[in-house]
Amino acid sequence: MAIRQRHRATAADWIRANLFSTRGNAALTLVSLAAIALVLWKGLDWALFSAVFGGRDGSACNKPEAGACWPFITHKLGLFMCGRYPLPERWRVDLTYMLALAGLVPLMLPRVPGKLWLSLYLIVAFPILGFVLVRGGVPGLPGVPTELWGGLFLTLVVASVGIAASFPIGILLALGRRSQLPIVRWASIGFIEFVRGVPLVTVLFMSSVMLPLFLPPDVTFDKLLRALIGVALFSGAYLAEVIRGGLQAIPRGQYEAADALGLSYAQKMGFIVLPQALKLVIPGIVNSFISLFKDTSLVLIIGLFDLLGIVQQSISSDAKWFSPQTAATGYVFAGAVFWLFCFGMSRYSAFLERRLAAGDRR
Amino acid sequence: MTLKLAKSVQAVRSLDWLYDPKTRGLILQVVLLLALVILGYEIVTNTAENLRKQNLASGFGFLGKTASFDISQTLVEYRSTMSYGRAFVVGLLNTLLVSALGIVLATFLGFAVGLGRLSHNWIVARLSTAYVEIVRNVPLLLQLFVWYVGVLRAMPMPQQSLALGPAHVDVRGVHLPRFVLEGDVGWILVVALLCGLAWALVLARWARRRQIATGETFPAAAAGLALIAGLPLLALLLLGLPVNIDYPQLGLYNFEGGLTIEPEFLALLAGLTFYTAAFIAEIVRSGIEAVPRGQKEAAAALGLRPWQVQRLVVIPQSLRVIIPPLTNQYLNLTKNSSLAVAIGYPDLVSVFAGTVLNQTNQAVEVILITMGVYLAISLATALAMNWFNARMALVER
Repeated sequence: MAIRQRHRATAADWIRANLFSTRGNAALTLVSLAAIALVLWKGLDWALFSAVFGGRDGSACNKPEAGACWPFITHKLGLFMCGRYPLPERWRVDLTYMLALAGLVPLMLPRVPGKLWLSLYLIVAFPILGFVLVRGGVPGLPGVPTELWGGLFLTLVVASVGIAASFPIGILLALGRRSQLPIVRWASIGFIEFVRGVPLVTVLFMSSVMLPLFLPPDVTFDKLLRALIGVALFSGAYLAEVIRGGLQAIPRGQYEAADALGLSYAQKMGFIVLPQALKLVIPGIVNSFISLFKDTSLVLIIGLFDLLGIVQQSISSDAKWFSPQTAATGYVFAGAVFWLFCFGMSRYSAFLERRLAAGDRR
Repeated sequence: MTLKLAKSVQAVRSLDWLYDPKTRGLILQVVLLLALVILGYEIVTNTAENLRKQNLASGFGFLGKTASFDISQTLVEYRSTMSYGRAFVVGLLNTLLVSALGIVLATFLGFAVGLGRLSHNWIVARLSTAYVEIVRNVPLLLQLFVWYVGVLRAMPMPQQSLALGPAHVDVRGVHLPRFVLEGDVGWILVVALLCGLAWALVLARWARRRQIATGETFPAAAAGLALIAGLPLLALLLLGLPVNIDYPQLGLYNFEGGLTIEPEFLALLAGLTFYTAAFIAEIVRSGIEAVPRGQKEAAAALGLRPWQVQRLVVIPQSLRVIIPPLTNQYLNLTKNSSLAVAIGYPDLVSVFAGTVLNQTNQAVEVILITMGVYLAISLATALAMNWFNARMALVER
């Protein structure tokens, strides 16, 4: 009887197989568990149990045993979100977010129809609307110069303009690098390899210090615009290499079939090659967007105050909020915001990849 | 009717050249070339005019002028009375130092975490995944601030420094004892080291040839390491240990003597290491997963032990997948070391494109030199790794 009884896998079996299979494994498990418990306990204690939740300035947090100084965040939330954008005009920033979400959310949900119109709205209508809204200077909307832009708002502006501008740059450079025409090819290779060989910091230095020298003396450029040019060119070169990978993965037969049908170069690339190539490299494209999003924080080096820049400035130069835990609280907050955006993007890319691969699995 | 048709056909024919891809390509190239030339001409003339208007100097003569600023960490002798050129060398060496150390440490940590993600131990795998997902989704600059402001600047003052054996940690950095050689024996150690290196190479070659001929193995790696480390030590012993240890002593306000590692350097090194390791871990994981299961099973069927399967079969094959993206990470780390400017570590960018640029105002020359250095480093690394990659590549008949 006992022999015929099937052994059923229990939780104990799982634990034995996955956590305590050998002596070394058991030791590893115990050490890891202890580390997790310690970190969890310290983290919770810092963020909740010992944390300070009320207070009008740093004096409330200035106790030796205090944990996180949350009022630093709640009091400065407006500054962290919009920088020095004037308070009575903040609704314009919020409205711009709404306009962006109205286009982005339906575009990202696979079931909603009308993708073409949504993309057109996001690429053509939204940038104009959004720019007029936040920059102002038209009747009814007082102008807000870009020096006052800051915080998460500036981060999102730099990241989204960088993404939108680097995409066509990347496609053109990738096509140029694969071109049969020697001058086009060598110009693309030269640009791509030059930009990829130097750090973003030097590109930003170049666009902020050298660009004004390159232009005719009477032409002046907004500081933000200079940073945007640097970011877009930098990330365009990286994107070009990702897209080139996709172009190389398309079988030669596709190119030849397009030629045989009598399609022109633009038709061949636009209708046959690029749609397949871009689909192949979606993970790579999203990865470059994630690094672009993280890299926006570098604009603080040339004196623009994005989310990290403004948190860092509040930590280092606001004497009112000086306390031992101010810095940690600010960094945890900024890190959490950046992490949410980047992690969200990477999850969405994984989802998209699975969905697009569904067609190939049949 | 026919005549009309023939005429219109002829009209189309006469436009044929416009539809010829070759002609179109030629036109496009000429236009591009012209545009580039005009752009270059505009940039040069505008820059010259702007410089003249602002009364700015040009040329590379400034490299010989006196720098008159101090640098906190110098690998070669440097004083503020030395030239800008010397300051450039100091910054460059600092960049190379932090990059080289960061590459070594990030590789070890990255391999450990990457193997951890593939571990059979559930908790270790989850912990490694959490590490990767947290670290690579937060900007490096923020992590540098956390290390610098949050960890190293939060250390106690020198009077209350933490003692870790002979080392002391305080807000000014880590103070270590320093070994000072008596007299002029440094060159003997270098010779001993070179001898050890050469001997180890010869030994490795001999062991390999013998294994191919007879199948007998020899622990060449361990013996080689012993030779490389052992010969200089032996030389020291034979010379009668002419070594003094200079311990850091707490002075009135600060530690004096010994070797002090600046907190800026430590913060940059830690930030670069932990950040890049997360990316290397992903590369290692995908490289190992790319080795077909049959290879492991075949190796096990031949009677290899699990660690032999990894060392002799899986890792050598995965290296072919790992090396190209790993090279990219090494280059990224080197370029990312330029973020030093944000926390005040005197690397190339912060010394040269920061202080020197502000003092001389020669933006064009300074930025061009800085970019040229990074380009050269990138090119050299890429060449070296291509050579290594070619050696590792699958030899196909």
